[in-house]
Parts: sequence; structure tokens; C-alpha cells
Amino acid sequence: MVDSEMVLTGQTLAYTSYCIVIILLVGWFSFKVTGRGEAIPVKPKLFYAFVIFLAALGVSLHMVTYNTIPWAKMDLNRDDYTPDKTFVIKVKDHQFIMPEEKLVINVNDNVLFDVQSEDLTYGFGLFRQDHSMMFQMQVVPGHRNDLLWHFDRPGTYTIRSTEYSGPRGINMVLKDAVQVVPSGSAN
Amino acid sequence: MSFINTLMKGEEGLFKPESLTPMQKLLLRFVVVGLIYYGFVIIEGMIMRIYEVQPFPQITESQFFAILTAHPLVGIFGSTYSIVCGAFLFLVPFLMKKPLWSIKMGNWTFILITVGTFIFWFAGFVSHYSPLYTLYWPLPADFTQFSVWGGTFFILGIALVMVGTALFIINIFKTITFTPEGWEKQPSGKLLADALGLVAVKNLFSSKNEEHPVPLPVAAVARGSVDMALNTATILFTGVLILVYMVAAILGFDLKESAIDALLYKNWFWWGLDLIADGLVLIFVAGTWYLLAMLITGKPLFMQNIARAALLLELVVSWTVWSHHLLSDQAQPGMLKVVSGELVTAFELITQGLAFFITLATLWSARPLKMTNPLKFLLGGLLGFALAVPAGIMQADVGLNRILHNTQWVVGPHVHVAVLVGLTMTLYSAIYILFPIVTNGAKMYSQKLVNIHFWLHLIGGIGMGAFMGMAGLNGMLRRTLYFNGEFSLHMILAAVCGSLMLIGFLAFFYNIVMSIGIKGVIGIFTPASVKTKDLTPTA
Repeated sequence: MVDSEMVLTGQTLAYTSYCIVIILLVGWFSFKVTGRGEAIPVKPKLFYAFVIFLAALGVSLHMVTYNTIPWAKMDLNRDDYTPDKTFVIKVKDHQFIMPEEKLVINVNDNVLFDVQSEDLTYGFGLFRQDHSMMFQMQVVPGHRNDLLWHFDRPGTYTIRSTEYSGPRGINMVLKDAVQVVPSGSAN
Repeated sequence: MSFINTLMKGEEGLFKPESLTPMQKLLLRFVVVGLIYYGFVIIEGMIMRIYEVQPFPQITESQFFAILTAHPLVGIFGSTYSIVCGAFLFLVPFLMKKPLWSIKMGNWTFILITVGTFIFWFAGFVSHYSPLYTLYWPLPADFTQFSVWGGTFFILGIALVMVGTALFIINIFKTITFTPEGWEKQPSGKLLADALGLVAVKNLFSSKNEEHPVPLPVAAVARGSVDMALNTATILFTGVLILVYMVAAILGFDLKESAIDALLYKNWFWWGLDLIADGLVLIFVAGTWYLLAMLITGKPLFMQNIARAALLLELVVSWTVWSHHLLSDQAQPGMLKVVSGELVTAFELITQGLAFFITLATLWSARPLKMTNPLKFLLGGLLGFALAVPAGIMQADVGLNRILHNTQWVVGPHVHVAVLVGLTMTLYSAIYILFPIVTNGAKMYSQKLVNIHFWLHLIGGIGMGAFMGMAGLNGMLRRTLYFNGEFSLHMILAAVCGSLMLIGFLAFFYNIVMSIGIKGVIGIFTPASVKTKDLTPTA
């Protein structure tokens, strides 16, 4: 199944390829525009084709991600889902107040994280053992901050605040606070 | 000429500050101060980069975040606003072939931006006030973490910059529309309508093409200034709101922070703040590209009417894209996320791509061109935005934002590449093209140093963005610190690239000082002996 690691790999490949192409294109243009040759005006048709291409690119990017990134649809329509588990986490004075010391989740569970700030704006993110990010959301005081996530493989994750909340916020890290275990192992 | 002589009097002694008009002095003062603040920013950036590799005891964590707070603000207001305001206060009358409405007001803009920037920088330096430029409520009023007095001076500094900006906007619109003494009455309504793009839109739907009384680059400045006005009002209002809490705290009252809705505030503030990044910057840059392309080629702009209409579209788009900053805010309505955050934001790919194409097509129509300094820096600027805009469009996606928001990806390939490579190289191009005009024919000291500056800036800027981006894709957050060397390798490589940019900047600065001499730099800041409203002595 597609997970955030795979999406990031895809994005890296796509963007790196684009960068190489555009750098080569500008390099080629610089060479040609200063090289020998006649001044040939660009046809308006080419311009309009380029505009249509950009419009198609902009729209198709979102259509592709909406249909291939598994959490995109679930996120926008999360009220339609019934979570297998819900964790209510409070945040106050730069501290995560957890419902349990370790959040244990079964593989293939849809889990709702309901994070409530009692003072500042914080962030809430889950990170893998190699420090890469699995997901994050903002935690705004006075508002509902809920994120539904499907866990499709076992693993241990660290919780970290992903928003700056003053210098004290840098210590908002709960190492290995989430554990995803094979189906049926957790209550 | 000996080295000392050149250092004191400039290359071949050609720069004579006593020959400068008040307008030339005004522009040069803005540029010198803008470059000095750019020096601040690049040194701050290097300090932070080294700290991100390995925190060191000489700088505390609160000091690090104070630098992080001042860094983008000094860069935007102290450096970019200075250079942009100076350039446009000179270029608008230059292109309109009339004097600036008020040189006095131009001088006040210079003083307020310079002094305001120093005040908020110094307040942050002394008190470590560090709510970041985002100012997410109620952080700026969290006096358990920050000094209330430090915060008060910080906000006052920002407010001074905003007042200076407001004076700039008034001066620009008045210059476009006013009738200079002894002139035939100017059609101010028509001038204003054309500056705002209404004539271009009318032309799109009419068989008769109405003439444009306002040159295209001036129209871009006018439309960017609309965003600047809205942004200034938003920041000033927000500053007053924060000041109310600060003054209350100083007087011993504890105002309830929850009286302000944090999400509504975030929407309001990002709406205003985004008018810089996704509004005036893109519009000003497009206008500057068009002007540079026309000056370099001596030819009219390709698809000029479309370019004019697109600038208006860009302005409207900039009012409706703020929600891409709130894609990770779960309480933000889904409709706003999709329509404003994703779809309208994707329009920036079209508007900026269109400006990119029009500029290249204009240059192409005049080939073969000589690879002059303005041309090479213009191409660098075009490349910068061609790299940075798609990076921004990618993160403005509901799916991708979930794993990119607040990572180094956002601030690396998007922000730093856009600002350092795209915007700054465009500004350098403008500086190189304006240099002989505003110095009355001074000569650049060394072409080799110009080339060193160009390559080190280009490679350093793209390289730094790339390594920050890789760190972001591997999970490194912005606005935090890592203490166990998790991303040291990425940050070392980004620091190496940052060093290239620093060396490039030093080469540029040295080249400019050697071109106009230390006496020339001092002379820029003395009162003008030529009493004229003309832009240049020969005009």
C-alpha cells in the first residue's frame, strides 16, 4: 500500500527530474539567445499552448494526488468514517498530556487523534525511527484538531510538536510514544 | 590608479557624488542600506545554519529563535523593501517621464524603513523577543516566554516600516496621476484605470485597442502597490492588536488571550501576509522582468496586452490564495482548503509561467544578444522562480501538505530559492542595469568579480535550497532544533552552499565599493548640491 514514505520518494523523483529539465532548458536558452542566429519572433500559438499546458498541469497535480494519496480523501471526508480507536491528547504549557503512556494501535486500524490545546498554537506529528515524518497537523487553541490515519504496517513512532510555540517548544518530543502492532495484539 | 586611490575615489575616479541629483541620491541610499541589511541577513543565516549543524554555547536557544524571527523580517523589509522602494520611486517617474510627486516623502520612506528595521532588529537582539514572523495567536502576547518591553519596541519598529511603506504607496499613485507644475492637465482617472489594468481587460473583449497611457512596468508597480497597501493595513492592524495586549500588561492588566479566536486571527493574518509572498513579490517581479527584457532588447514586450491583463489576474489571485497556509489546520473548512488552498493557488503556476514565457519570448525576439551582466542575472532570476514556484504548488496540495508542512522543504526549495535566486538575482539585474544611469556613468571595477558573484550566488542559492529540501523530505522540521545530529550532514552541505553565497556577496560588495569609492559611499549620504526635481543631471 502507498504510505507517506512512498509518496515522498515519488515527489523527490518528480521534482528532481523537473529541476534537471528546467536548469537544462534555461542553460540551453542562454546559450542560444547569445549565439549566432536570426531573431525569430515566437508565434502566439506556442504561447497559448503553453498556458493550456500550465492549466492542465496545475489541475492534474491535485487530481492525481487526490486519487493516489490514500489519506487525502479520508482527510477531507473524515466525518464519514468511524474510527477504530480515538486518542484524546491535551497540550498545555508545552507538554503533551497523553491518555496512556504509550499509544498502542493495531495494524489496519483507522485511528483518530483528537488533540486539544489549552493555551498556544502547537503542532502534532508522528515520526519514524529514521526521523522521517509520517504525518502532522496544526493544533490551534479553541478549535477541534482531529486527524484520522490508517496504520497499515507495524512500527514505533515518536510524537513531536511540528509548530513553533516559543523557545520552550523545542523539547516537545515524546520518543517512541506510539506503537503499531500486528492485528489483534492491542486492545 | 593605485589601490588606495581606487578604494577612496572609485574606479578611474569616475563617480562624483556632488554631481548626483536628489533623486539619484535617494535611490542610492535605499540600495546601500538594502545591501547592508542583506549583509545582516546572510550573516544571520550562516550563524543559524552552523547552529543547526551543532548548537554552540555562545548562543542560547532563545537567542537562536530571536535571530530566526528577525532574519526574514530584516530580509523582506530592511533589504528587499529598501531596494524595491528605492528602485520604483526612481523608475516610475523615469518611465512616466515626469518628476516624483514628493521627494520629501520619498526621503521619509527611506528613513522610516531604515530606522524601523533597526529598531525591531535591535529589540529582538536585546530582548530575544521571538514569536516569529507568523505571530500565531496568542504567542506574541505570551509574556511568560517573552519580555513585554522587548515586544513593544519590536512591534513599534515594524509599525514604522509599515508607515514608511504607506508613504511609498501614496507617492507612487500620486506620481502616476498628478499634473506637474506647468504641465497640461493630466487625465488622472484614465491613468489610474490603466495603472490598475482596467484598460487591458477592456481591450481583451473589444475589437478596438485603446492606447495605454501608463507603461507596462509602471502598471505592474501600481498593481503590486495595491497588495502592498492591503498588506500594510493588515500588519498595522495586527500590530495595534498586539500592542493593546502589551500596553495592558505594562499597566498591570492581564487581558484575556482567548478573546481573540486563534484560527480567525490566523486566517486574517495569513490573508494579509500572503499578499507579500504571493502578491506583490510576484507582481513586482513580473513587472521588473518585463522592464529588464525591454531595456536589454530595446524591443516591445511579447503579448503586451495579455501581460497587462495577467498582472490584474495575478492581483485578484493573490487575494484568494491564503488558505494554502492553513491546509494542516483541521478546523479550516474543507471548501476553503480545496478552492483557495489548492485550485486558486495553482493559478500562480499559470500567471508566473506566463510572465516567464513572455520574458523569454521577448529576449528571443532580439537574438543574438550579448551576455551582459543584467541579462545573466535576469536569466538567473527567471530560473529561480521556475524552480521555486512548482515547489510551492506541490506543497499547496491537501495530500502532500500533510507530510511537507513546516518541514525544511517549504523554506528551502520554495522560500529560499524564490527569494535568494529568483527575487535577489532579479534585483541584482536591475542594479547592474541602473548602475550607470544613477551614478552618472561610473564604471564597474571588475568584470571578473561580477562573474564570481553570479556563479557563487546561483550555485550557492540553488544548492542550499536543494539540501534544505532533502532534509525536509527526510523529516527535518523548520523552526526547531535537533540536538543529536539527526540532520547534520544536510545542514553542513547547506552551510557550504550558504558560504558560497556569502563569498559571492562579499565579492559584489567589494566590487561596488571599489567602483564608487569610500568617498563616493559617504557622498551618497550627504545633502545633494544639485537642486532639481529631474532624475538625472542631463534630463
